[in-house]
Amino acid sequence: MFDLETLIVALTVFVLAIFIGYEVITKVPPTLHTPLMSGSNAISGIVIVGALLVASKADGLISQILGAIAVGLAMINVIGGFMVTDRMLKMFKRSDGKES
Amino acid sequence: MNTEALFDLNAAGIAYIVSAILFILGLKRLGSPATARTGNRLSALAMLLAVLATVFSNDIASWEWILAGVMIGSGIGIYSARKIQMTSMPQLVAIFNGLGGATSAVVAAAELIRLIDLDESIPQDVSITIMASVIVGGATLTGSLIAYGKLQGVVPTRPLLLPIRNVINIFLLLSMIASIAWFVIDPSIEPFLTAAIMALTLGILIVIPIGGADMPVVIALLNSYSGIAGAATGFVLGNNILIIAGSLVGASGLILTRIMTKAMNRSLLSVMLGGFGVEDGATGTVGDDERPVTSIFPEDAAMMLGYAQSVIFVPGYGLAVAQAQHQVRELADLLKLKGISVRYAIHPVAGRMPGHMNVLLAEANVPYDELKDLDEINGEFQSTDVAVVIGANDVTNPSARNNKSSPIFGMPILNVDQAQSVIMMKRSMSSGFAGIQNDLFFLEKTQMLFGDAKDSVEKIVREVKEL
Repeated sequence: MFDLETLIVALTVFVLAIFIGYEVITKVPPTLHTPLMSGSNAISGIVIVGALLVASKADGLISQILGAIAVGLAMINVIGGFMVTDRMLKMFKRSDGKES
Repeated sequence: MNTEALFDLNAAGIAYIVSAILFILGLKRLGSPATARTGNRLSALAMLLAVLATVFSNDIASWEWILAGVMIGSGIGIYSARKIQMTSMPQLVAIFNGLGGATSAVVAAAELIRLIDLDESIPQDVSITIMASVIVGGATLTGSLIAYGKLQGVVPTRPLLLPIRNVINIFLLLSMIASIAWFVIDPSIEPFLTAAIMALTLGILIVIPIGGADMPVVIALLNSYSGIAGAATGFVLGNNILIIAGSLVGASGLILTRIMTKAMNRSLLSVMLGGFGVEDGATGTVGDDERPVTSIFPEDAAMMLGYAQSVIFVPGYGLAVAQAQHQVRELADLLKLKGISVRYAIHPVAGRMPGHMNVLLAEANVPYDELKDLDEINGEFQSTDVAVVIGANDVTNPSARNNKSSPIFGMPILNVDQAQSVIMMKRSMSSGFAGIQNDLFFLEKTQMLFGDAKDSVEKIVREVKEL
């Protein structure tokens, strides 16, 4: 549980991160928009950290099962997302034949 | 999980900061196809670091359940990443968005049950963030499933408009606010489940009225929601890395949403209200147009292309459906051998998700530097001998530029009509997603080549070889 002050800190982090995200991602060229989506999708799998936190604290059966489900779902997102993005990016080649 | 976790400079805290930096550097490297692959790997490394830091900084009560989740999840992830066809990428991304939302909702539920078991009073800020996490997460889950269904053709792609949907939506919204208030006053399972059910219903109702043509916008928006849901979970758990990574994704989805709506000259609001692409005869031109068109055969197209100096291909979703990208690349290679300049013009909404066409062409080994976006290529059509439109329609319709009464007026289009001549490959005279007739078909310089795109291009390739 956190107090108001830490909530403000968390909000600051949130707002600043959105600004950084905006600056960085506007520079991604349209040709990479699909890999950007699947890659950022994998990044949203960061909830795996949350899933692990609740799963590690779980003591009752219900919260253990919920934790395991959360970890499983997040894992599909993380592993699947990064792998399929890599698979796509591997295909992007220049006309001089160099690998991207 | 508590006050210290936010700014506590323990090893996990430092690992989280490094992880955040790696995520940002990883995204930055997506700025060019040359560095993108290492960028994606940096992000994966950042994820691994965050996971390891979490595992080692917490006493894990029981490993069995967690390991089971990790194994099953990884298995499904690896399988789907390997097996998915590039044409179906939008569906995969839609499903993954939904899973991200679902995870956030489930984490919120698990945390609530833990707090209830602890038998302490739950402060308001925690209960509000739990609500944010479950509502955004839940709506993202069902919204994504409907989007998946529409992309896959399981759910009808035409907009479904319930007669009294505004009444239903307002009722739903009010009950959701009521259940949030109920939960904040009494943080227990019943109001939590009520809010969850409301969110799941809302997700369905938000996406169901949206037409197939607007799916790129919807996927981008859901992408953003899945990130925001993650950030909300970060607030619930007081964990910075969740907040940072979640907001990066949230920002990314929002930017893509804006690019997509701009490319269709639609506002986000009008997309959400749905109904675009309804064939209610509002424009009246489809089907009753009796202007003559010129129709040609693959042999004629081969002649035109073989003796041209410059060619621009304009691929659309029809190309993906016909799986003709490999044949198109073969044709392009042949033309290049003859010294003909070949380029591809990619409209931002070609395909079913942002950048979809680029991936499909990359899969067919088309070099990415031959793919030009709208601004790069539009000035070049005038000096181009032949523009070949394959399975694209609305994005080439000149009425977007010069007919104020057209529903797509103002939408940025590819200026295909300015090329010296145009070959339009289509299955039939049917209209595009917007349900309106394309004036391009009736121009004197336009030759229609009817038939399956893959089949037609194959025939052209054979003919060009014999020239």
